[in-house]
Amino acid sequence: MDADAAAVQAAEVEQEALISGSEAVAVATKLVDVDVLTAYPIRPYDTLMQYVAKQIADGEQDAEYIVAESEHSQFEIAKHASAVGARALCGSSGVGWCYAFEAIAVTPALRLPLVAMVGNRALDDPGAFGTEHNDALAARDLGWLHVWVDTAQEALDTTLLAYRVAEDRRVYLPVAISTDGAFLTHSQSLVRVPPRAWVDRFLPPYDRGKLVLHPDNPITIAPQVNEDWLMEIRRQTDEAMRQAPGVIEEAWRDFRAIFGRGDGSPFFEEYYTDDAEIVLVGMGTLSMPVRVVVRKLRAEGQKVGFVRVRWFRPFDYEGLGALLSRFAAIGVVDRDFSMGSPFHSGVLANEIRATLYAQDRRPPVASFISGLGGREVTIPNVREMFELTRRAAESGAAPRDTLWIGVRS
Amino acid sequence: MGRTVSVEIVYRGIFQKTLAKNISRGVVLAARRGGKVGIAFGRYGDSPERNGVPAKNFAIVAPDQDELELSMAQYEPAETDVTIAVDDTLCKGVESWAWYGLQPINQKVRPDGVLVVTSTLPADAIVEFCHRKPFPYRLAVIPAIPSFSGLWVYKNDHTDVRVLGTLAKVCPELVSLEAMLAAIKEEWKDDLKVTSARRAYEQTEVRVVRPDEGNPEVPYTFTLPGWTAMREGVTVEGMPLGAPMRVGGEVGGYRPARNPYFKKFSTRTMRPVVDFEKCVKCTLCWLQCPDGCFDVTPEQTYDLNADACCGCGVCAAVCPVDDCITMVNEAAFTDHRSQWERYKADPAAYAAWVRGMLAGQSERSHGFRYRGQYQEQIAKLRAGAGGEGGGE
Repeated sequence: MDADAAAVQAAEVEQEALISGSEAVAVATKLVDVDVLTAYPIRPYDTLMQYVAKQIADGEQDAEYIVAESEHSQFEIAKHASAVGARALCGSSGVGWCYAFEAIAVTPALRLPLVAMVGNRALDDPGAFGTEHNDALAARDLGWLHVWVDTAQEALDTTLLAYRVAEDRRVYLPVAISTDGAFLTHSQSLVRVPPRAWVDRFLPPYDRGKLVLHPDNPITIAPQVNEDWLMEIRRQTDEAMRQAPGVIEEAWRDFRAIFGRGDGSPFFEEYYTDDAEIVLVGMGTLSMPVRVVVRKLRAEGQKVGFVRVRWFRPFDYEGLGALLSRFAAIGVVDRDFSMGSPFHSGVLANEIRATLYAQDRRPPVASFISGLGGREVTIPNVREMFELTRRAAESGAAPRDTLWIGVRS
Repeated sequence: MGRTVSVEIVYRGIFQKTLAKNISRGVVLAARRGGKVGIAFGRYGDSPERNGVPAKNFAIVAPDQDELELSMAQYEPAETDVTIAVDDTLCKGVESWAWYGLQPINQKVRPDGVLVVTSTLPADAIVEFCHRKPFPYRLAVIPAIPSFSGLWVYKNDHTDVRVLGTLAKVCPELVSLEAMLAAIKEEWKDDLKVTSARRAYEQTEVRVVRPDEGNPEVPYTFTLPGWTAMREGVTVEGMPLGAPMRVGGEVGGYRPARNPYFKKFSTRTMRPVVDFEKCVKCTLCWLQCPDGCFDVTPEQTYDLNADACCGCGVCAAVCPVDDCITMVNEAAFTDHRSQWERYKADPAAYAAWVRGMLAGQSERSHGFRYRGQYQEQIAKLRAGAGGEGGGE
């Protein structure tokens, strides 16, 4: 691996490395030359910390590596580093992410484009390591960009994209990259690592302009305000989020041109959707068992497909609305919950319902909760969800209430 | 059934928080006795947990709940029937945490409305402090020193009920004297306070203020920018560097740049007076001032910027020379002129002015200092008033 890393820096060709999703983000921090990284141990985010520590110790990476005394400080340090013009990376998991919430909540209004890796993990108590998306989703409404990845390759690529989008002057918002605990953070797969020169061509230096906190540019950040100001500040953050989709599309085009990867929409991935009658929709590594089942059902003659939502914020309601309204029925699989929400659904299902409401054609939406706490979403589970969605298509109506798939009753 | 009546109480943060609350509660409780409904509330954005910062309470009284709702879920009414200033220095205008620019004390007083002020100054002097209005209004002065206490202690010197008794006189539409006295009796269970309210009712005099009377200055204002014009990232540009002072032919020293939008001086109840002859140039006042209020003169003495000073008194506390910096009641001043410029223009006249300022000042403090203080002060007040309010 060390030999690989050295070769990567020397050569203008991609190298292959066997790394996990967290390690892929760590490699990306080296490629984008992150200035400041902050760490506090928690599974599964610690896998990123460990790999960065090794890269620095081995002399491959030059960055300030700050081990904070808590996640709250970790995010505050990254925020302040970003304010002085440093490219910063931060991250956590589960309750660690929640412990930093005060800092997380204020980062968008301050327009600090740090990138955070969320190693998705169930919220304690009870203590659990397994993946659940409620940790990252707790911050879904605050002005963070949220993106879910499903492979180590996409984790690396998305980290490069995240800095490009976050640091764009039109956006200046933080990005959270969600990587499913265990399935991504603790399994290594083959990843193409691009040469640094390609990355330099893709990602300009972080220029904070007149917002940089520096003795040559004396400013005060975040003074106390009252009701005369806050609504305007919120509207500014809102505007930045409205600018983000266009910036993501630009970045995606350039990424494809330089790295040769990235077909279709940057916001979601389609799998066998062209002639599909029904599809499942989900985020993250759920894609693995779903793809397997799609292929099996296709072999059996069923026209099924899968739509994997990458960018949850900004939510591509135009693109997803146009796409999903085509199908006869949709099954949304949430690896999260939203207790007491409409139809007792997960978060994604109700976002999809809201998106479809604006469409002329509104197919039935079956909603499923599955794979909580890191439980496997098995092949039979996925078959069951496709079957329920198929029945919704045939009858023209989905079950009103959300179905828990793979729970012992 | 009558109409909605709005009462505004302008007070000083911490020092008069309980006083203002007592007055606004008293208004609503008394009006309730007259069959009306009301609400008492503080202006939320004022952040009155800061020494001396101008803040507001309101009491709104309406004939019924539906009428009252028009006045609810808002921070302040558009106009008032009565505005009460429980410290005369507030009459110079107020700038709180809740708004930008200087708000004249009488800004909300409607035509024929009344401004009630507690002060030992004659009514004519109060009129000079207040900004002019385009229509006549009334002024009532209740003879009193400012009733300042702390956040945790209350100085029960009857200022609250004296204001309430006065209200029954100047705004009978709001509440009758009988209802007011009954409400005071029920709220405080103290006959002496009822007597104080009645005496205020009997003794307070009211005069009309004409449009050609008062301070002709146009108060400074501030226009709030829209979101497209505001700096992003919740950032505010730093102050630029200052420049040397230029006074007459002299150039030297240093005058820092200051925030032109938020000046803070209306928080001040006492102003430092500097005796430049005594200054030993030790720099302590300049260094310790939390707001950077001192300009360095070409002679390396320190001149107060009266726009920026909030009157905290730190400079006087740290000054090692007796009577070099002295805190003087803000009511004794009518302008913000530079003391150093006055001194340079005529040192002898300035020395006489300083002597006068130090000798003739009325009592003023920042509130509670030691246990037993209020009992002492109230006894002294009673003695001074020739036994008024006796009977205890």
